[in-house]
Amino acid sequence: MVVGALCLGIGFVSAPSTVDEAKEMVASAHGDGHGSAHGSAAEHTNDTHGNDHDAVNAHANTEAHGEDHGAAHDEHVFHQLQNRPWSALYVAAFFFFMISLGVLAFYAIQRAAQAGWSPILFRVMEGITAYLAPGGIIVFVILAMSVMHFNHLFTWADEEVVAHDALIQGKSGYLNPTFFLIRAAIFLAGWIAYRFYSKKLSLAQDEADDNSNFVKNFRLSAGFLVFYLVTESMMSWDWIMSFDPHWFSTLFGWYVFASMFVSGITTIALITIYLKSKGLLEQVNNSHIHDLAKFMFGISIFWTYLWFSQFMLIWYANIPEEAVYYISRIEHYKLPFFGMLALNFIFPLLVLMNSDYKRVNWFVVMVGIVILFGHYLDVFNMVMPATVGENWHFGVPEIGGILFFAGLFIFIVFNALTKEELMPKRNPFIEESRQFHY
Amino acid sequence: MASKVIHAVYTDDDILMNAVKKVRAEHHHIEEIYTPFPVHGLDKAMGLSDTRLAITAFLYGCLGLTVAITMMNFIMIEDWPQDIGGKPSFSFLDNMPAFVPIMFELTVFFAAHLMVITFYLRSRMWPFKEAENPDKRTTDDHFLMEIGIHGNEDELKELLLDTGAIEVSVKEKDA
Repeated sequence: MVVGALCLGIGFVSAPSTVDEAKEMVASAHGDGHGSAHGSAAEHTNDTHGNDHDAVNAHANTEAHGEDHGAAHDEHVFHQLQNRPWSALYVAAFFFFMISLGVLAFYAIQRAAQAGWSPILFRVMEGITAYLAPGGIIVFVILAMSVMHFNHLFTWADEEVVAHDALIQGKSGYLNPTFFLIRAAIFLAGWIAYRFYSKKLSLAQDEADDNSNFVKNFRLSAGFLVFYLVTESMMSWDWIMSFDPHWFSTLFGWYVFASMFVSGITTIALITIYLKSKGLLEQVNNSHIHDLAKFMFGISIFWTYLWFSQFMLIWYANIPEEAVYYISRIEHYKLPFFGMLALNFIFPLLVLMNSDYKRVNWFVVMVGIVILFGHYLDVFNMVMPATVGENWHFGVPEIGGILFFAGLFIFIVFNALTKEELMPKRNPFIEESRQFHY
Repeated sequence: MASKVIHAVYTDDDILMNAVKKVRAEHHHIEEIYTPFPVHGLDKAMGLSDTRLAITAFLYGCLGLTVAITMMNFIMIEDWPQDIGGKPSFSFLDNMPAFVPIMFELTVFFAAHLMVITFYLRSRMWPFKEAENPDKRTTDDHFLMEIGIHGNEDELKELLLDTGAIEVSVKEKDA
């Protein structure tokens, strides 16, 4: 109870300030974003849509400078500029949603593998996955608005485009708004349901006098992992790959998975270290941190392996219909594209290789922040080139999006952490986990 | 010069661990311990310093990476930059993705093999090497602690029997 009250205190001290800050940031982004109303399209779509249109067109025209930029080009640039705040919103929303989904997968794996070291961290993971439902619903709403033409994020959702595009026509059996939303609803329902029941069983186990809840949770987790692998893969086709409906890649689902998995593990490590520094997780020792850091290190390399496998196969064969994906990225996104490789691979590789550094909290926190930023850039690189093309900036809408969702994430997660005891009471492995030493 | 050593034989690794702590508390220098399997925590109890094998492996890996880069840069880019299937052999970076699998493998190869060889050299292991085992049973189920004697034979014997040794014997040893 004391721990719970303390957590509540921390939750309220740390969270609302960031949410307010975030909202302020987003609000100020609306005020002065780009000298016109691009920024505000993110949340005030209805009332500013007309103004936005004119302002951006004017902007595009001044840029055109009397050159032979035709109406088609203006139209194209206009769509891209209009997409920018939407994409910024979507990237941030998806990134934070993906963190909690990655944590959920990690949690299910720990349960299914009957890991002896991690039960001490289960409540932290359950706290982080509390963001799954609200975050997932926000992403779903953005997706629904996208396919209902509030924006131009998905070109395949635009009937006019599809009418002139034989390739998308061929895919419309899969990529059509109704089926798209039904799939999204099924994925989200499955994930949220697992999270709900698993947490319920986990809490029931604390009060029970046998291990039946634990066994049920084990079976549920194993079942969830099967469901998750299939749905995660399809989710990555739907929610990310379909931004480029002409392009396809078979290992894309794994690639997105690696990205969310490593971000999720990093977030677990950061929140664990934070709670420990506040004296709330006394029994977490540096061996637990060491294990989390090993996972951060290993999955970072796994991510790089998949990134490179995808890149190198396409680069090597250089089939035009596939290579265009990387050409647009390398041409217009050189810094984020290769920068993320340094952040997500070289930096953790060199810093987390040493076994002693993996036990030092500030090292893990520093690498964790770099990894999280690197994977934000990863999502940025996957989404932006398809939606805003060369008109990208890392400016006010993007930062506003990050701050808003970071604030929301922190608020929900720390709020959820106050709701339960941070230490599971009678998990069969909890004693082993307490004594864990590597 | 021949010196005397005392051999204490144990049958249980827990007893051995306690004995090591006791002997060290009495400030006797343990020359060597022979065990049939790795005893977790024995190196810490004996106060042995950490191995630096991992550091050598990292350096060997760097060497392997350098070898790979130098080799392919010379062969593919500098010496004979042919057009092979349209691959851009104008500079190393242009064609780098194609070299990465080799760079990776050579890094691992150098790191692994040179580290193993380093291990053999440092622990003096090679084919036809004469085994240095003082007691055959230590390869099966006995543990043996060897301590040098410096004129304190009886006192040492007493102490070792106290720690649970099943057998204490004094041996001549060629230095």
